[in-house]
Amino acid sequence: MAPLLEVRNLRTEFVTRSGVVRAVDGVSWDVQEGETVALVGESGCGKSVSALSILRLVAGPAGRIVAGQVLFKGRDLLALTEEEMRHIRGREIAMVFQEPMTSLNPVLTIGRQLTEGLEIHLGMSPADTRRRAGELLAMVGIPDSERRLAQYPHQFSGGMRQRMMIAMALACQPSLVLADEPTTALDVTIQAQILELMKDLSRRLGVAMLIITHNLGVVARYADRVNVMYAGRIIERGTARELYANPRHPYTVGLLGSVPRLDEPRRERLAPIEGQPPDLTRLPPGCAFAPRCTFRVDRCLSDVPALRAVANDGHVAACWEAERVRKLAAR
Amino acid sequence: MTDVLLEVRDLVKHFTVGGGLFGGPRGVVRAVDGVSFSIRPGETLGLVGESGCGKTTTGRCILQLERPTSGQVIFEGRDLAGLDAGALRSLRRKIQVIFQDPYSSLNPRMTVGQIIAEPLAVHGIVPDARRRRERVHALLVRVGLLPQHADRYPHQLSGGQRQRVGIARAVAMEPALIICDEPVSALDVSIQAQIINLLEDLRSELGLTYLFIAHDLSVVRHISDRVAVMYLGKIVEITDRKSLYDDPKHPYTQALLAAVPIPDPELEQRRQRVVLGGEVPSPLNPPSGCVFHPRCPIAVDRCRREVPALREIRPGHRTACILA
Repeated sequence: MAPLLEVRNLRTEFVTRSGVVRAVDGVSWDVQEGETVALVGESGCGKSVSALSILRLVAGPAGRIVAGQVLFKGRDLLALTEEEMRHIRGREIAMVFQEPMTSLNPVLTIGRQLTEGLEIHLGMSPADTRRRAGELLAMVGIPDSERRLAQYPHQFSGGMRQRMMIAMALACQPSLVLADEPTTALDVTIQAQILELMKDLSRRLGVAMLIITHNLGVVARYADRVNVMYAGRIIERGTARELYANPRHPYTVGLLGSVPRLDEPRRERLAPIEGQPPDLTRLPPGCAFAPRCTFRVDRCLSDVPALRAVANDGHVAACWEAERVRKLAAR
Repeated sequence: MTDVLLEVRDLVKHFTVGGGLFGGPRGVVRAVDGVSFSIRPGETLGLVGESGCGKTTTGRCILQLERPTSGQVIFEGRDLAGLDAGALRSLRRKIQVIFQDPYSSLNPRMTVGQIIAEPLAVHGIVPDARRRRERVHALLVRVGLLPQHADRYPHQLSGGQRQRVGIARAVAMEPALIICDEPVSALDVSIQAQIINLLEDLRSELGLTYLFIAHDLSVVRHISDRVAVMYLGKIVEITDRKSLYDDPKHPYTQALLAAVPIPDPELEQRRQRVVLGGEVPSPLNPPSGCVFHPRCPIAVDRCRREVPALREIRPGHRTACILA
């Protein structure tokens, strides 16, 4: 079966004073119908820009998509007109942002912001949209919807605003939701509420999800498959189970090793990844992770490794030394 | 020499919120509402809780950046609240702070060298300019930077490097106590571990004592000897690290620990998840009795009426729950 979304060799660049930044540097990945896929990585690795590129929301003129295809239900979104694209955004593919306060309109009521999409995309009557908006709030666990619909975003708590964002995203029954760090700004108990809600709704409504996050714990609980990004490229991909049990890229190994874990005995010392993330305007030749890598060999400094199969189940890694990583990590 | 470096006794900080009739006060936010704990020399006390629980305000009261409404902050046997400006200033040198956001806490118009050198000059620690420069270079190397970073501006550094500058500035004063207020939460995962290791190295080399304020329970477990959990201005549980994480007694501590996702899909599949309902109530109008009772999965009628005392349930383990 063809995937719901297939990104092929996507490349997005930003022109800055210090040079051209290849924020997304030829990445390919896909999302199957009803599946939850994660894009994981640290600041500046290109995970958010990947999501924005799918909806063609990269801010020009500095930023532009320079190559690739974004096939959604078989159609290339990058080839659509702006008018056609408007029917995709919010209707077919919706987005949940990290900071609900800055992505909601502060001078419109919650009700208005929920009904707008219903009117535009589904052509519902005002009475119907009102009823549907009430249902949506109830669905995301906001009680007393009559009163809530008349309120403004500042009258909602952070957790409630994120529930509201999820209601907005699901309003038109999209087949894909892109969630960019949906719980990063929230407290840990609220984070758990929101993640359980998203998981429950995505299962019940059969919506596919792309979760963008830096939190490896969130990924472990909620994602079926995981793409790890570093310096604009995907460096490892696999099912969540396989990737955590058997990481094959030194960066993935390093990420997993650098976080203290509550389920394990306390270690005397953490094992950080030494050095700094690279400057994207001055990427080294060869593997971008090589300067920080403890598995580095000469070849890493000159040749860029491509994603290669390292195990079954579509587990791929972009590392010349993936076999050595397996042996050492297994010890 | 006492065996307590810092003692906080019944600390209260209330903020008055304006906007009432005729511009009068409308309400009182009980940011910190009767907090007591002590820290021994060389110890790291973790202070955890969610936003608005009062952990940062507690830190600011210790630093005397906020004047407490009532209560005492006793440092090396002296109550800071009773000191005049001069005495406070010389004592401040011994209590330093590392902030969460190293960008907004470093002056963007000063070079890294100037940022670290300024307090050395102000406090007369190294009066000679040439020797001050040498000291700055030594400090930069000590925190994992290079001497040439002294000529850079904060915006030319990465987040992790900026936090190293903040740490260098704090240890330059040769303090006894450092208040670390979310020192790694703005940093990327791979950099967090670098900074935590650095803080641990400095603690043992320089004999430092930390109050480590954070919301990340895994990080707090790693670095702390003892841990206090705050909720709505109060400490609900305080004990040594092992007891808190292996055998938490307060339902809020239990819920917090259960809410942390663990980076292991197989384990997460099997894990029973108890999601705490509701949200933290407004500190403008805290609930009656135990402030946690509206969200507590095991609350009984008595919890609505009775404010639970922070009582010792076994040596060194105190919790504010009548059912514990």
